[in-house]
Amino acid sequence: MSQIELKNIDVTFKQKGRTVQAVKDVSLSVEKGEIFGIVGLSGAGKSTLVRTINYLQAPSNGQVVVDGTDLTRANAKTIAKVRRKIGFIFQNFNLINNRTLAQNLAFALTAGGYPEKQQPARITELLDLVGLADRQDNYPSQLSGGQKQRVGIARALANDPDILLCDEATSALDVETAEEIIEILKGINQRLNITIVFITHQLEVARSLFDRVAVMENGQLVEQSSTYDLFAAPQSDMGQRLVSRFLDTTLPAKVQAQVTQTDGQLLALRYRGSDSLNPIITKIAKETGIDINIIQGRVEFIQERAIGVLVVYLTGTAVAISRAVQVFKQRVDYVKEVTTHE
Amino acid sequence: MNETITILQQNLGTALWDTAKMVFISGFIGIIFGTLIGLFLYYFSNPLFSPRPVLNSICGFIINAIRSLPFLILMVVLIPFAKLVAGDPYTPLGGAVSLSVAAIPFFARLAEGAFAEIDAGVVEAARSTGAGFFLIFQEVLFPEALPALIRGVVLTLISLLGYSAMVGTIGAGGIGDLAIQYGYNRYNTGVLISVIVILIVIVQIVQWCGDRLAEHYTRS
Repeated sequence: MSQIELKNIDVTFKQKGRTVQAVKDVSLSVEKGEIFGIVGLSGAGKSTLVRTINYLQAPSNGQVVVDGTDLTRANAKTIAKVRRKIGFIFQNFNLINNRTLAQNLAFALTAGGYPEKQQPARITELLDLVGLADRQDNYPSQLSGGQKQRVGIARALANDPDILLCDEATSALDVETAEEIIEILKGINQRLNITIVFITHQLEVARSLFDRVAVMENGQLVEQSSTYDLFAAPQSDMGQRLVSRFLDTTLPAKVQAQVTQTDGQLLALRYRGSDSLNPIITKIAKETGIDINIIQGRVEFIQERAIGVLVVYLTGTAVAISRAVQVFKQRVDYVKEVTTHE
Repeated sequence: MNETITILQQNLGTALWDTAKMVFISGFIGIIFGTLIGLFLYYFSNPLFSPRPVLNSICGFIINAIRSLPFLILMVVLIPFAKLVAGDPYTPLGGAVSLSVAAIPFFARLAEGAFAEIDAGVVEAARSTGAGFFLIFQEVLFPEALPALIRGVVLTLISLLGYSAMVGTIGAGGIGDLAIQYGYNRYNTGVLISVIVILIVIVQIVQWCGDRLAEHYTRS
């Protein structure tokens, strides 16, 4: 059985007589020890969905099963018990501002029933883990954003959780600090085998952290795959939009006009690194009698596997070009015809 | 001038003590019960805890009803109640009864506001640890709301000082009564001015101490 199972989750809010369906019929399961990501634009329902896992948000319909416990049928006591084994990391850190770091952690430990006498040692251990051992008596306002988030991680780990939920945990941080936090989370996942569910709108995070990823749009799950597959060949509209923006191949208008002076077709291609594209390009050029001009190309690494990103310009007779496009579509993972008037 | 000094020498000590009794007794009761009611209002309106809109609006209605009475009227209406509780309504203790009844809903609203202003994310984070409400109150709500609560206490004490003069005029004594009795009724401007100066000084001191204290407990 999977560690987290969400079955047909609906979440409906009633706001001033208006009904808002934040999550619509979402089912997914997360395995023990994996890093599962949910991506989507803001307002897609990601935050609401992730909060059903520790039942900060009760679903209107559906079933939430965590480690075999059906939370939808559990009483408040059982829910509190399950919560202690689920750490939560927030975008805005959410530390108690008027309490020191040690007191912030002591609160989480007390909530988890950790014996008071052993708390000081545990607090030192936790702060040491995130590299803030000498800041015990500081207040959150004395820390930078990245340091605050590290305290957030320490707090989430206080009671030896089995699961970490991260709600845009890197979105309020600069790129470098965000990478630092991602490395910490990766290390935690590998060393302690803690399952991580991470929601974000940043595809950089998806690329460097997630094992599997789901795409959410308007409250629905529109796609679910390995991270590599999502980047190589997104299936849903939203998946394609998110990935295209990330693997940006748009040419500046002036350049595009220059390139496309002669009649032809601009193609954006993405292909799995294991395929070697050169023979295909040469072959298609030969077969169809067109010229293929490579405008730009690069290789992205996702989960340590390569994805080729290429923009080519096809010139030749209209019939030959359309045939060539067909052949590309058969042999390459992702083909997008870029219209010159865009 | 000599008369003013004699009056002040004979009466000022008692008057100050009576005022202190009225303000501190009613302030203490108002703060304790007001905090509890404020917490109650917060608990039953926050979606992270246990939202009970009906219970909340009933409680809110009662608070508003008491607060909508001008203090002068509330005081008169409560004379029988003060008699029941304190024996003689025309003593500082009797005066403290109606002052308390006014202070409770006043501070309840301030406390509710202080709790409601706490960053919802911080409370949510506390909730996600599996902590119960009492622990969250003690370790999150109270320290986070403390500066606002202290400012509320200052506001309440200063308002009570003002109201205590009104209770004083119906016989409960105190510094306000001194000003009316001698300063107004007997045309002794010296007493009136002295009382005004004393009141200004007291209010300044209370405000200053409250501000320092609130600052001390603000770490963000």
